[in-house]
Amino acid sequence: MMAKEAGGRVVSRTPDFEEPILEIDEKIAELKRFSASTDVNLTEQIQQLTRKSEEMKRRIFAHLTPWQRVLIARHSDRPQATDILDLVAEEFIELHGDRAFRDDPCILTGLARIGGRRCMVVGHRKGKTTREKLACGFGCAHPEGYRKAIQKMRLAAKLGLPVVSFIDTPGAHPGMEAEERGQAFVIALALKEMADLPTPIVCLILGEGGSGGALGIGVGDRILMLEHAYYSVISPEGCAAILWKDSGHAPAAAEALKLTADDLLGLGVIDEILPEPLGGAHRDVAATAETIKGALLRHLGEIGEAKRGDLVARRFDKFRRMGRFLENSER
Amino acid sequence: MSPKNKAKFHRWREMPDLWVQCPDCRKMVTKTKVSAMIEVCPKCGYHFEISSRERIDTLLDPGSFCELFADLEPDDPLRFTGRKPYRERLKKAQEDTGLRDACVIGRGRISEIQIVFGVSDSRFMRGSMGSVVGEKICRGVECATAERLPFVFVSGSGGGARMDEGILSLMQMAKTSAALARFQREGGFFISILTNPTMGGAMASFAALGDIVIAEPKALIGFAGPNVVKETMKKELPEGFQTAEFFLEHGFVDLVVSRPDLRAKVAALLAYAR
Repeated sequence: MMAKEAGGRVVSRTPDFEEPILEIDEKIAELKRFSASTDVNLTEQIQQLTRKSEEMKRRIFAHLTPWQRVLIARHSDRPQATDILDLVAEEFIELHGDRAFRDDPCILTGLARIGGRRCMVVGHRKGKTTREKLACGFGCAHPEGYRKAIQKMRLAAKLGLPVVSFIDTPGAHPGMEAEERGQAFVIALALKEMADLPTPIVCLILGEGGSGGALGIGVGDRILMLEHAYYSVISPEGCAAILWKDSGHAPAAAEALKLTADDLLGLGVIDEILPEPLGGAHRDVAATAETIKGALLRHLGEIGEAKRGDLVARRFDKFRRMGRFLENSER
Repeated sequence: MSPKNKAKFHRWREMPDLWVQCPDCRKMVTKTKVSAMIEVCPKCGYHFEISSRERIDTLLDPGSFCELFADLEPDDPLRFTGRKPYRERLKKAQEDTGLRDACVIGRGRISEIQIVFGVSDSRFMRGSMGSVVGEKICRGVECATAERLPFVFVSGSGGGARMDEGILSLMQMAKTSAALARFQREGGFFISILTNPTMGGAMASFAALGDIVIAEPKALIGFAGPNVVKETMKKELPEGFQTAEFFLEHGFVDLVVSRPDLRAKVAALLAYAR
């Protein structure tokens, strides 16, 4: 079942390709209930169906198109930064406000202890209930959100804490107030601050890596990405609207933009792909969180050994190398 | 049509090369008057788009510009194909403008003050930033860092980040911002000049990071395009929204300077950084 949100963006309750899996899973649940209530032994049938379900997931997920990945990345059940934090952090003290205008709930910031390691967490928040989603602008942050992230990251540097950034946004908010309060200027400042921050930064793209809104908290020493997340300069719908004057061509645009984790690893934009449980992160949030925790601690451990001056210089070199062009070629 | 206007109309018809219609106030104005003001409408002050060449000629001391990194050329890292392949669109833009990509960088002088100067040409794929534009800006900034010169950049980019280079164009935002961070940390002085239009990825990175930000009058400036904002808000946008004057009022631009005064103003500012 698909639904269209404002701006023609497709959000998925359940993507079409996932429906056969859900059907079998429902049958399994039904058989289990029946078996429990009537003492009829259905173990064999249940096992058979479970195998069938696994088989189907494997088949479907082995050949996902870029567009299908976009739909998984936007899945309404996909774990958000708050879900992951609940599972990986022994402690989380949320800190609010940008000390200038207001607290943007769309950007989550706070001090956390993950696997005994203290750090500053920064992330996007999409919200769960309709009320939350509206308050969070469906994951589209305002300038004050980015200013809040900058302010907390500066605090992290002062306290000598590393920054962990969870990215999951369709893009920075494109509204009137956001423009009025300098969306472009504040994102630019965030990029500059992160480039210069004298403390380790590990970024993880959880779901949607929407353009400047994602990059606004996405400059770091390591850029990790969940297997079915996407990261793109423009949404597939936006790209399709420009190229074909029709956002219905989004699947073709998703293909052309090379926005999957595999593509980005190949282009040298990300450092590591974190595998998701079969069927996507939303099918086993605990296992996803476990993978994330392991990867975060490993990377923080590795970067933590670098000297502060070297750290900023290495981060500079990492981004300085990005891009492809030709040189010294005769026209 | 009044007899007076009728007579005017006939004059335009007879000498189409001498007249141009201002896209803003819709009035017909003579090309000589427009060009005397460096392509500004004498009736309403609308700033016509100018090429990188004209910008260099009108802002820098005559003959002082010496281009750098001219041999950088765009690649097609994604083998991107929309309605037309990226390679074809590049070729067409190159033929139309005589440029290899949308950015020109070099050393030059303004009122005898040595600077590193750059300009993005909005005629080349709407001045959008791909790998070449990002790389040239970084090299220009690095040149200014090494030689301890001020950096002056004139942005004109309706396209923002160049979609055809996908995520790599987004990364140019981080790359140029990082280069400017280092330059400014070491005491470098950057004057960013925003012209119509400067939007999206260009505005949300290097163009916004000037120690001093100047904008040309009425220039369209912002993050999201006006159509996107309109669609988000589901209402008409107020008059003057996202203009140079709008951002001056909201505290994001230091100065709004019209083109005929720009050279003198930049020279005056540069004198403080010596």
